[in-house]
Amino acid sequence: MNGLTELDRRIVLATQGGLPLTARPFDILAEQLDVDADLIRQRMQRMLDRGAIRRIGVVPNHYKLGFRANGMSVWDVDDEKIAHLGERIGGLDFVSHAYHRPRRLPEWPYNLFAMVHGKSRDEVARKVKLIAGILGDAQRQHEVLFSTRVLKKTGLRLLEQTVMTARKSEVA
Amino acid sequence: MDDLDRRIINNLQGGFPLEDRPFRVAAARLDISEERLIERVRAMLADGRLSRFGPLYNVEMMGGSFSLCAMRVPVERFEEVAEQVNSLPQVAHNYERDHPFNMWFVLATESMDGIAEVVAELERSTELPVYEFPKLDEYYVGLRFNV
Repeated sequence: MNGLTELDRRIVLATQGGLPLTARPFDILAEQLDVDADLIRQRMQRMLDRGAIRRIGVVPNHYKLGFRANGMSVWDVDDEKIAHLGERIGGLDFVSHAYHRPRRLPEWPYNLFAMVHGKSRDEVARKVKLIAGILGDAQRQHEVLFSTRVLKKTGLRLLEQTVMTARKSEVA
Repeated sequence: MDDLDRRIINNLQGGFPLEDRPFRVAAARLDISEERLIERVRAMLADGRLSRFGPLYNVEMMGGSFSLCAMRVPVERFEEVAEQVNSLPQVAHNYERDHPFNMWFVLATESMDGIAEVVAELERSTELPVYEFPKLDEYYVGLRFNV
């Protein structure tokens, strides 16, 4: 499955909740998984190189840090220019995610989605203006959708599910 | 939130070293001691300023499929439809948004076929169209969230 070995999957399960907060965290993992700490670091390096691990470090909680307003800005951008412009928008430090998604015409003309974080709706609106400036003429129209309520939020711990299913039915 | 917490958040969102004493190496870059760094990270995890510390996995490379979906739910049916959507285990997040497309959720299934099945099931049970917005491309430059 996607080039992940059984050991990789065990490393994911052991670390997706976090690394041990101790001077030698990989020794703790080595003990848990009953393999050499060097091997764990090698496998994690390989997952980093292949993009299975995006990064290793602190994951800030926007909301707790005072960034209470989040707006999903959606943009109708020239298809020829979206790849180049999308990269620029994704690189802004107030944009946490930027995606190219299909339009659903006629109801939905937008093909670029960028999640914008700010301390208030006003701040989000100012940041959306900055994005509009970068997109310039390549952008025909846009909107900002503010979330008004979280209806459901569960973590995406899919691997656990996948591994468990695989164990049950040997499909993976 | 003092200057050190801020520096830790701004500088340690990636690049935690895969070494025997990783905190010592990371702490040296911040010009503090290993113990101090561990203690600060622990405190920020405890009060929720950090939601996690460790590797951030790309769930899509772990196997499985994901799709953002949206619905235009008539206001008078909103709570009822929210309950129907939330009851599906494949729904990971669901947000109400201030727009005619007022319900936005992420489906996570083990295969692409799984997404189509869930969408069909939802359209049947709610008698409303479900708009799928699968990712065509992702512009991810490695989030550097500054505080």
